[in-house]
Amino acid sequence: MVHAPPARRARPLNAPPAWLKPAVHALAAMPLIWLIIGWVDLLWLNPASLSLSAEPVAYTHNGLGLMALRTLVAALAVTPVYKLTGWAPIMSLRRMLGLWAFAYAALHLGFYLLMELDFSLVQLWKDAMKRNFILFGMLGFLALLPLALTSTRSAIRRLGGRNWQRLHRLAYLAGIAAVIHFILRVKGFQVEPWVYLGLLMALFALRFMPNRKRASRASRQPA
Amino acid sequence: MPYHSRPDWQLPEREATPVEIYASRRTFVASLATAGLLPSAAIASTDPAKLTPLKARRTIATSEEPTALSAVASYNNFYEFGLGKDDPARNAHSLKPSPWTLKVGGLVKKPLTIDVDQWIAKAPLEERILRLRCVEGWSMVIPWVGFPMSALIKAVEPLGSAKYVRFTTLADSGQMPGIRFPALDWPYREGLRMDEAMNPLTTLAVGLYGRRLPNQNGAPLRLVVPWKYGFKSIKSIVAVDFVERQPLTSWNQSQPSEYGFFSNVNPDVDHPRWSQATERRIGEFRRRKTLPFNGYGEQVASLYKGMDLQKFF
Repeated sequence: MVHAPPARRARPLNAPPAWLKPAVHALAAMPLIWLIIGWVDLLWLNPASLSLSAEPVAYTHNGLGLMALRTLVAALAVTPVYKLTGWAPIMSLRRMLGLWAFAYAALHLGFYLLMELDFSLVQLWKDAMKRNFILFGMLGFLALLPLALTSTRSAIRRLGGRNWQRLHRLAYLAGIAAVIHFILRVKGFQVEPWVYLGLLMALFALRFMPNRKRASRASRQPA
Repeated sequence: MPYHSRPDWQLPEREATPVEIYASRRTFVASLATAGLLPSAAIASTDPAKLTPLKARRTIATSEEPTALSAVASYNNFYEFGLGKDDPARNAHSLKPSPWTLKVGGLVKKPLTIDVDQWIAKAPLEERILRLRCVEGWSMVIPWVGFPMSALIKAVEPLGSAKYVRFTTLADSGQMPGIRFPALDWPYREGLRMDEAMNPLTTLAVGLYGRRLPNQNGAPLRLVVPWKYGFKSIKSIVAVDFVERQPLTSWNQSQPSEYGFFSNVNPDVDHPRWSQATERRIGEFRRRKTLPFNGYGEQVASLYKGMDLQKFF
């Protein structure tokens, strides 16, 4: 069987459809906007509002954490989806989804520092040393931090493609740490965090799929 | 001559209504509803405003502001109806708390089968405003309606060998969608030592905020043990048994290192995964200090004299 090289069918990487990025930005921002509207409502308009549940602090905290995990899983799904479908424009979403994951993780941590620790980093350190649940959460955040800092084109140039790629495998570490953080958080046996672990494992397995470009080059060689 | 007066809510075994008649009674009520004859107050609902009002005499009060009814009826842990805090209010409409039979037995002289509706209609009800502290680190102040657990204990006359009381929640997957999922080993079970159960603070609640219990709060009958973490206050009870040995309780069974049998509120004994030193009162944004025995030390600390509370957490 002869495959046409996919690179020729796909649109160039730098020209995704104009609607794609704004649509995904809007989707990723929606839960944050909902939280902001909820807090404005609660603090200034209607103190009895239940739009963020009866425990708005826990609701916000859980919401931000869950969105960090969801956007991170989405970012990690980009390359495997491209490999499976060959739809190149999706690659333009990887960086922005990763940055959304970092943004939600930073808000999650910031909200924790504000509401539980009065911004005491000493307390945070003590917390992390005492409780595995906090330790894994911090590990996840610290794994995302260098990725966010090296997300620019110039950073990729400075590091060199190979090194940059190696560094950015930390995203998997962040994902695993975040899921363990989630599993350690819930009471009793709950399926939800395990679903995320399953998704991460599946995405990791897909990494070992042959690279499309190389596979197609190989298929053109005579048998 | 010893004379044991039968409390007026006690239903003799011979009068316990067979299931078929219960079922037809429900059909009868439904026919009333279609005919527009049903009064607006309901015995079962997830909407607290629709529930039957109860007359009660206030016996325990506090200077603290009670938590808003809307929060009490919308923020619940009742895993039989789902794991999310808002799941019980959304899903518990399928619970049928009337008619409801409570069986009280085990090591007692006079086992009882109680029709809970009749009991609620006849029992002298008290309003007791009590703090509830969840093991997860949040708390509420709730005006319960009910009666002291000790009244029930005295009525069944436990044998000398009865050292503990075991409580069991309904486990009916038809009424409780969460049962299909093994979050815990169903049915949900809880237990108290006899002296804990006899303590005047230990309450059997049948209502809150002056009306019958909303389904999501454990209708029609639940336990309230205000100095212990909330999960000890078992909901929708179908059986109370007096036993000789410490009973196996659901959370203790699922994770013994995290949830002890006693589970007294104790700021000095952390949950292995989070601190118990502070709590967030629902309706407030900042955390406040958690008090030993949830502030009821004066009434209950003597129950645990000489016990190492770090060990028996």
